[in-house]
Order: sequence, then C-alpha cells, then structure tokens
Amino acid sequence: MKYEAVIGLEVHVELKTKSKMFCSCTADYFGKEPNTHTCPVCLGLPGALPVPNRTAIEWCIMIGLALNCEIPLYSKFDRKNYFYPDLAKGYQISQYDEPFCKKGSIELSNGKKIGLTRVHMEEDTGKLLHETIGDEKVTLIDFNRSGVPLVEIVTEPHFKSSEDVVEYLKKLQQIVRYLGVSNADMERGDMRLEPNISLRPVGSSDLPKYKVEIKNINSFKFVSKAIEYELNRQEEILEKGETPAQETRGFVEASNSTVSQRTKEEASDYRYFPDPDIPPFRWTADYIEELKKQIPELPHVKVARFKKDYSLNDYDSEILTRDNALSSYFEKSVEIGSKKGILPKQIANALINKAVDPENVSPEELVEQITVSNQTTSLSDDDLNRIINNVLKQNKKAVEDYKKGKENAIMFLVGQVMRQFPEKIDADKVKASLLAKIK
Amino acid sequence: MLNRLSVKQVKNGLKEKRFSSLEVTKACLDAIRKTDEKLHSFVTVSEEEALRDAKNADEKISKGEDAPLQGIPLAIKDNFLTKGIRTTASSKILDEFMPTYDATVVLKLKDAGMVILGKTNMDAWAHGSSTETSDYGATRNPWDISKLPGGSSGGSAAAVAAHQTIAAIGSETAGSIRQPASWCGVVGLKPTYGRVSRYGIVAMGSSLDSAGPITKTVEDSALILSVLAGKDPKDATTSPLKLKLKIESDIKGLRIGVSPQYFINGIDPEVESGVKNAVKTFKELGAEIKELELFDPNYAIDVYTIIQRSEVSSNLARYDGIRFGKDRSYFGEEAKRRIMLGTYALSSGYYDQYYNKAQKVRAIIIEDFRKAFEKVDVIIAPTSPSLPLPVGSTKDSSMFGELADVLVEPSSIAGLSGINIPVGFSSSGLPIGAQIIGPQFQENAILGFAKSFEENTQNAAWRKNEPSFTEVSKGKPNL
Repeated sequence: MKYEAVIGLEVHVELKTKSKMFCSCTADYFGKEPNTHTCPVCLGLPGALPVPNRTAIEWCIMIGLALNCEIPLYSKFDRKNYFYPDLAKGYQISQYDEPFCKKGSIELSNGKKIGLTRVHMEEDTGKLLHETIGDEKVTLIDFNRSGVPLVEIVTEPHFKSSEDVVEYLKKLQQIVRYLGVSNADMERGDMRLEPNISLRPVGSSDLPKYKVEIKNINSFKFVSKAIEYELNRQEEILEKGETPAQETRGFVEASNSTVSQRTKEEASDYRYFPDPDIPPFRWTADYIEELKKQIPELPHVKVARFKKDYSLNDYDSEILTRDNALSSYFEKSVEIGSKKGILPKQIANALINKAVDPENVSPEELVEQITVSNQTTSLSDDDLNRIINNVLKQNKKAVEDYKKGKENAIMFLVGQVMRQFPEKIDADKVKASLLAKIK
Repeated sequence: MLNRLSVKQVKNGLKEKRFSSLEVTKACLDAIRKTDEKLHSFVTVSEEEALRDAKNADEKISKGEDAPLQGIPLAIKDNFLTKGIRTTASSKILDEFMPTYDATVVLKLKDAGMVILGKTNMDAWAHGSSTETSDYGATRNPWDISKLPGGSSGGSAAAVAAHQTIAAIGSETAGSIRQPASWCGVVGLKPTYGRVSRYGIVAMGSSLDSAGPITKTVEDSALILSVLAGKDPKDATTSPLKLKLKIESDIKGLRIGVSPQYFINGIDPEVESGVKNAVKTFKELGAEIKELELFDPNYAIDVYTIIQRSEVSSNLARYDGIRFGKDRSYFGEEAKRRIMLGTYALSSGYYDQYYNKAQKVRAIIIEDFRKAFEKVDVIIAPTSPSLPLPVGSTKDSSMFGELADVLVEPSSIAGLSGINIPVGFSSSGLPIGAQIIGPQFQENAILGFAKSFEENTQNAAWRKNEPSFTEVSKGKPNL
C-alpha cells in the first residue's frame, strides 16, 4: 500500500525580553551561574505571585500577526498542572482555550499553505542537570531559565514531507528574527521543535488513529532525519498490518534514529483552569492595530520589493533578505553606491560572491572597494610594469633592505607605486607584482 | 494594663509620651507569656524582634518621626511571610521554613512602624474555621477556653480578645477573619478582594483570599486598612481604586438590607435575637431597614467548596519537599481531603460539571448582590449561625468549616467588603457578632455603620464584659 505522511509541528520560541514572563529577573540566562537569576516568583516560593510581562505578550501577538493569525479581543492565562522537579510551582502558566492568537498560516515556496492552529504564551521551566558528585549520582536544578517567556506555535497536520517542514521552520525562524523578538538560536535552545508524525493510506483524508511525537531535536538537519526515520519505521509496522503505538519518542543523534520515551495511555490530564492570579485580558481593536503598525516589513514582502526595486533575481533577493541585518546593510550600500554609479546588482554580487563581512566592513567601505576594483580592472599591466620598474630603479636602498629581511620596506615601495596613479588602485595587486620583480 | 489599649489609645499615649512603645510591647509579651500556654494564640513569639522594633520606634518618636503605626505591637497570622521569622501556615510541612522575603502586607506594616510580636496560630493552610486543625495544637476561645475561637484566623482573633496584642492581622478566604472575630467578640474587617495585596501570603483560594485587620475597635480597623490598602505591582489582582479615608458615622437616611435567607434554619436563637437587636439600634439611629430577598446562602457552600478546593489543589502542588519544607507525608487530613476533591473537580470530563458550573453560579451570586446594592447601602446579617462551639467539634465533620461559614461565603465569593462587629453576648457569656456587608471597594460605608453602632453602644452594659481568660493577667484565679 502507498502511504502519505501526516505531520504537524509544535515549535517553542524563547523571547529575548529583558525580564522574565512573570517577574523582574533578567531573562538572559544562557551560560550564567546556576540559580543566580531567580526570585520568589520564579522559584515558586510560598506566597509569590505572577505579574505578566506586557512586552512579552505584545511580542507574542506580533508573532501571531506576522503569521496571519486572528487576535481574539479576549484572552487569559491558565494553569497547566503537572509534576516535574524543574517546575517550581507544580503548574506551568500557559494558555488553554483562549490563546492570544488563533488560526494563522505560512505559505511555502511551492505555494502550499501551512495552517496554524494557535500561537500562545507560556513560561519556560527550570533545567535539570544530571551529574555525579563524589560517588553519588545527583540531579541538580537550575532555575535561571524558570519563567523565561516562551511562545508556542502549533500547526495543523498539514506537512507531507520533511522538506516542507524544514522550509517552514526556516521561514518561522526568519520571521521571529525579523520581528526582533527572539534570537531563535537552535543551539542555545531558543527554538525547540516537536514534530508529530503519522502515516495514512494515499487517498484517505481521515486523520490516522495514532500519532508519534518526537522530542530532543535541536537542529533543522536532525528534524529532517528524525522524520525520515520515523516515516520508514511506521511504514514497516503498517505493512505488517499493525498500528504504531501512540507515543513520545526521542531523537538519538548518534544513530539518526528515534527511541520510545513514553507511551501515552491517553492524553495527560493537566487539569487546566484559569489562573486566578492573573486577570483576563480585554484588548481593543485599536490596540491590536497599533501592534500591527509596529511589525517591520516581513521577509516575503521584502523579497518581492528587492526583485522589483533593485532588479535582482530570486536567488539574490532570497539570500539578501535572510536576515534583517544583511538586508539593511545591502540597502544602505545601494543608497551610497547610487551616487557613485554603482548598481545594486554589483553590491549584491559583492555581498553574495565575495562574502564581505558586514561586521568589519562598513557600507561606505564596501562601495569604495567596488569603485576601486572597477578602476583596478581598467589598469593595464603594461602601465603598471612601467611604473614599477621606475620605482625600483629610484629606490634601490629599499629593495636592498627588503632583501635583507626588512619586511616593511615592501610597503614603502607599494606606496611609491601607488602615488604615481591619480586614482586609487588595488594595493594587493601592486604588492604581488613588486614581489614578483624583486625575486 | 497597657496591653489592653486600642491602637488609637497607644498612638495617643506615645504621642503624649505617657508611656513608651517598649513598655506597651513588654506588657503584650508579658500577657502572652502568662496566658499563651493555655490559649495558644501564637505559633511563634518573636520577642527579640519585638523589643528591637519597639526600641527603634521609641527612638523615632523621640526624634519626632511619625508613622501611622509607629511603635504599635501587632500579631501577624502565620500565613504571611515574614523575612527572618519562621512562617508555617500552621503546617508541619513548613515547620522549618524561614522566608527570604516579606509579604507586601508585612512590608507596609513595617514601613508604618509596627512592632511585630509574633505569628498567630491558624487552621493548617487556613483550611478551617476552628483553629483546631493547626498542626501546632488548637487555639482556645478567651471567653471560655472549652470553646473554639473560630478560624482560620483564630489565633489573631483570640490574641486581640485576650489583650495579648494591641491588634492583629488575619486573612480570609471565606469567613476566616469575620467568623473568628465574631466568636472572640472583636472587630474583624475583610476588605474587598483586590483591595489588599496577596503577595507573600501562603495562597489558599487565590480568587478569594483577602487580608485584613482584627482589632478592638472599628477605628483601629479603619486605620490599619489605610496602611494595608492599595495597588501592589507584585499582585496583578490588586485594584488601583483609592480608599476613601473619611468614615462617616452618621447613618441617618441610609438603607440597610436585612435578608430572611440569612436567618437560616437551625440558627442559634440568641444569635438571631442579638443581631435583630443590633438592627433595631441602627433603626433608632435613623437608618432605613429594608427586607431583602437574597440568593439562598446554602448555594454558596457548593460554589465555594468547588472553587476553593480546585485552587487549593493547584496551590499546594509546590509543597513537594524538593526545594524547601518537608515532604508530602506531612500534609494533614484536611489538606489531603482538599487536594483530592480539587483534583477531582478539575479533572478532564468533570471540569465543566464542577468548576465551570460553580463559576457560573458565582456569576449569578455576584449579580444578585449587585442588584441588592441598588436598593440598599449595606446588608446586615449574623456572621456565624452559632455561638462558639466546643473544642473537638471539628472531629468527624469534614464540612465543619463550610457550615460554620455559610453566612460569610456568599459575600466572599462575590469579593465584597464585610466587617464583623460585636453586638452583645449570650446568656452563657459568649460573644455574638453581626456582619455588615458592603459593595466592592466601599469599605468606608461598612466602617461608617460599624462605627456608628460602636459609638452608640459604648455605654451598653455588655461592653463591660471581660473575657475570663485575661483575668489571669490581672492576678485573678487561673483557669
């Protein structure tokens, strides 16, 4: 029988707000001394109460808006009750039936629309560290991460391939980075992925009776591998006439496979109920409009504009808009370059092919380099040779010095050569020619 | 004798330099030392801190520095976190729990200059209306030590009644300030939900919990409320609404609602007649008395039980002994019962049937009161349907609290303001209390009625009654 994949995704994105979700501790916990970014609230001490972080909520709604979600004017926080040692209060503050954002979508390059069920806000948990101290195996808890704002983005089971999943994830990562609300760095755990995967016979439109959730995936490459492995594993089981178990499996990097972690007898009972410590939210349509205005130009809009305004091809436009910093750098350079007759395409080429490091080269310098290289190419080798010969004749001492090992002498000669030209020329080229002649 | 004074009297005496805060504090500590072995109002007496606070206060007073509660000894219920003073909520789970921070209420009281005498006994986790379910032993009623003081703020109420302190702080989820104040014959004010910060109070029913004063006079309650009230950036449920500080004791032409539904079947006849006499006094003072049909308070028991147990089951989850405190085996019977009931009520498939339905009925009760307050300014009713019950009454009665609190639960569910005032005594010499219930954020209204009653009954014969137990401190025969 032929099967098709039915894949949905839950993605957690950690926001980079200054403070945590429900207290004023700093949210920048990565690599910090354990349990130094804590207070009664994020430690869940008796009597402590959560006060929601307005910026985090606004950012969550902005993510929803960027993902074409509906923003209900009423929303609230709920308590999700479960026990785990990294969960200080014995419940996580999350959102159950009234999330901040509902029903969105992302369009993939092949035109396929991936539906989003919801985008909601919650708090992160502490972190367990399993270590051996002396001879004793112990588990330590670090609460620095406890209470850091998390946005969960849940899709409909609309994916049919791992390629689509990876494209979706890259787009999502790009969007939250564009919004400036998260670093979305996979390695630091800013973005966490949980695909749920099942198979159904081709032609069927029913949801399969089981689904397998995969945890512990920390790269886009591994999500692809986990899905491929899982699809094969499930197909083998289905081919035997059996149904794969409804379970949570973990991805194992070493073997590129998944292993069973826990079987769900039935859905966990989290005993959700509205958190009485946090009054519900009632937004006005005007307020949501205000947030909409704060959303910067999103990647797909920017790609279209780059193609149109700068006459760039798909490939160039896509690469230049991958992150906001690069696209801003490009546009700044284009603006400066336009006064010197440099075309956007030349700047695009310089950025894409020559891999100029925008961190170390300013747009002005980039334009200057392009201008110079334009002129350098017009410099004939004959002219250069003639001038070099002259310079070498007139500066014999410097040549001798260089031969005796005085490295600086060569730069003096380069300078002498360059002085003979009215416009700036490529110093590297001059140096290379000089060296060739001296040796 | 200085321990017998009210907050206002101590304030005046300190101002006029007739005595020092240290003298008042020592008088209270002395009373505690002499009476608390039998009464057991306190879980922890913080003598060292009290003496230090008193000396500091005296120094400030000598420099002319004033603060609303400068040098006034207070007792704090043991579910308010006090930095550096053990806080147990009367549960052995927190037997060695030393808070690293102060509850907002405690901070405000410290800023106002209080002297902290110690932490008062309560039903463990505030689960109860007797102070008999404390893991540290029952508190006794100072008017008759074979009787219960009520609860859960029974330690605070008994300490005030027995003059172990000048005033005390309690907390109420449904009745835990008003009911023990009633049984101990003192004033107990439950502010509107959201009027006083809950930050740093061991959470019980989070949508209901409310902190307030237990005092000897109405004026003292008003003064302490003015210190406690206000928006707290650390409690998202506190209101920015300003407290009206002016208490008008002229009630002429104001309307009082009296509901027959609150004189329930089985009410103690002496309680009924005591409260009705108080209503008569109000009438003589010029108030208009209106009979009011209110939602049967018995419905409130079901609503309250479901909501409070559900919240409790979640609030107590953090007490797993991993980060602080002792493990779950130290939970008492009542806490375990509440965790189980709440867990059940929130379970998938039951949520709609219980929690959700309870919230719907809660909305109806809120609406019922809203309509009532279109017709009247305040409602007067008995605080408790019975006189103080004998020690041991809670044994084998898991719903003891809910039955004892039937008349205070509806207003708690609706988040209203309410105050218990003593209105007389039974033939057996036990206090009778009446509650005045007002709309949300109208504490000044109920305090006005309470003050009017207090002023006009100041010379009544029953005002001369003394709790028998305090006589120990006056050198009369020990009990």
